[in-house]
Amino acid sequence: MGELLIIAVGSALVNNVVLSQFLGICPFLGVSKKVETAAGMGGAVIFVITIASFVTGLIYEFLLEPTGFEYLQTIVFILVIAALVQFVEMFLKKVMPPLYQALGVYLPLITTNCAVLGVALNNVQYEYNILQGVVNGFATAVGFTISIVIMAGIREKIECNDVTPAFKGTPIVLVTASLMAIAFFGFSGLI
Amino acid sequence: MNRCVERLYNGLIKENPTFVLMLGMCPTLAVTTSAINGVGMGLTTTVVLVMSNMLISMLRKIIPDSVRMPAFIVVVASFVTIVQFLLEGFIPSLYDSLGLYIPLIVVNCIILGRAESYASKNPVLPSIFDGIGMGLGFTVGLTSIGIVREIIGAGQIFGLQIMPEAYEPVTIFILAPGAFLVLSGLVALQNKVKMNLAKKGKEVKQTSGCGDCGSCGNASACGGKVFPTGNEE
Repeated sequence: MGELLIIAVGSALVNNVVLSQFLGICPFLGVSKKVETAAGMGGAVIFVITIASFVTGLIYEFLLEPTGFEYLQTIVFILVIAALVQFVEMFLKKVMPPLYQALGVYLPLITTNCAVLGVALNNVQYEYNILQGVVNGFATAVGFTISIVIMAGIREKIECNDVTPAFKGTPIVLVTASLMAIAFFGFSGLI
Repeated sequence: MNRCVERLYNGLIKENPTFVLMLGMCPTLAVTTSAINGVGMGLTTTVVLVMSNMLISMLRKIIPDSVRMPAFIVVVASFVTIVQFLLEGFIPSLYDSLGLYIPLIVVNCIILGRAESYASKNPVLPSIFDGIGMGLGFTVGLTSIGIVREIIGAGQIFGLQIMPEAYEPVTIFILAPGAFLVLSGLVALQNKVKMNLAKKGKEVKQTSGCGDCGSCGNASACGGKVFPTGNEE
């Protein structure tokens, strides 16, 4: 239990997926204009990464490892993730329409979010078992949500500020991200 | 032949993937702790891009429209796996320093973007040159970010000491926050140049971020249901 907690805190805060591993930068910069959209994206990412790390963990342990096809992991994982996102979208549409309305538009974007594939590959590299992998995936996605929601909150305030013309738009957002990354260094004492 | 030269110019300058299109930000920020890593990542991506552009262009009449995204992903993932093994076998030092970001080339927007918006619609030779141009543009972008970070953060270029002994390296520039800071500085510099050009009445292409469906190959995956980004000021 303690080990799982360390994995969770480590991936959510200390090695934050966006601010220290640089995965999922595209949605982090693209979908962080409003807090609501950011939270929606975060929810969808938590949902997909948790399921994806479970499924890829199963496939790696029971399919790729026994047959000696570990080197196919990149191809297999990305296809599984793409198929999974489609499947989750159809499933939600049919079974849970309210949840689909909340997360629907974000789901297709997630296929190309490198955090999903990154978590699946990290789980293999750190030799996590399936439970540890799922916890790692969930915590990583929570870390993503934390940082994108904070970023969206700050960006809503930046809108009202007078920024130097050259720094308007993307540059000021990157400066904000840089300051957030410095702040997240503070968590490194936790483990 | 003119068309091929035009593709090279387009990739290197007019639609530079790093500075103009702002694509492939994850590897851009992650591996540019030193100039040599930037060059390595850039060239690795170039190789994958050229090979996948070539194959996708060859197969463009065979792949049915409805399953083209999965087909592109399989092509790209296969080349990435091959390149990963080649690097592991022949340049292990680069393999170690790039680590996780080599398999992640699969989800690099640049590669799927070029496959979707150029290679799937054009003949083989221009597609190859398009790959070379875009790849070199990406390499130039990564290398320049890497050089800035290495000079400020370690006082070196490509591992050679160039700053005087008295210079105290600002270590934060080779850590995570420095990546964001250097990129923001370079984009701001580019904005400044553009504003000066605009004052003189020249036409300038707007910098786009994720959400610009025109330049992003993933637009078909998301069905164009994307959100406005921070560049409409």
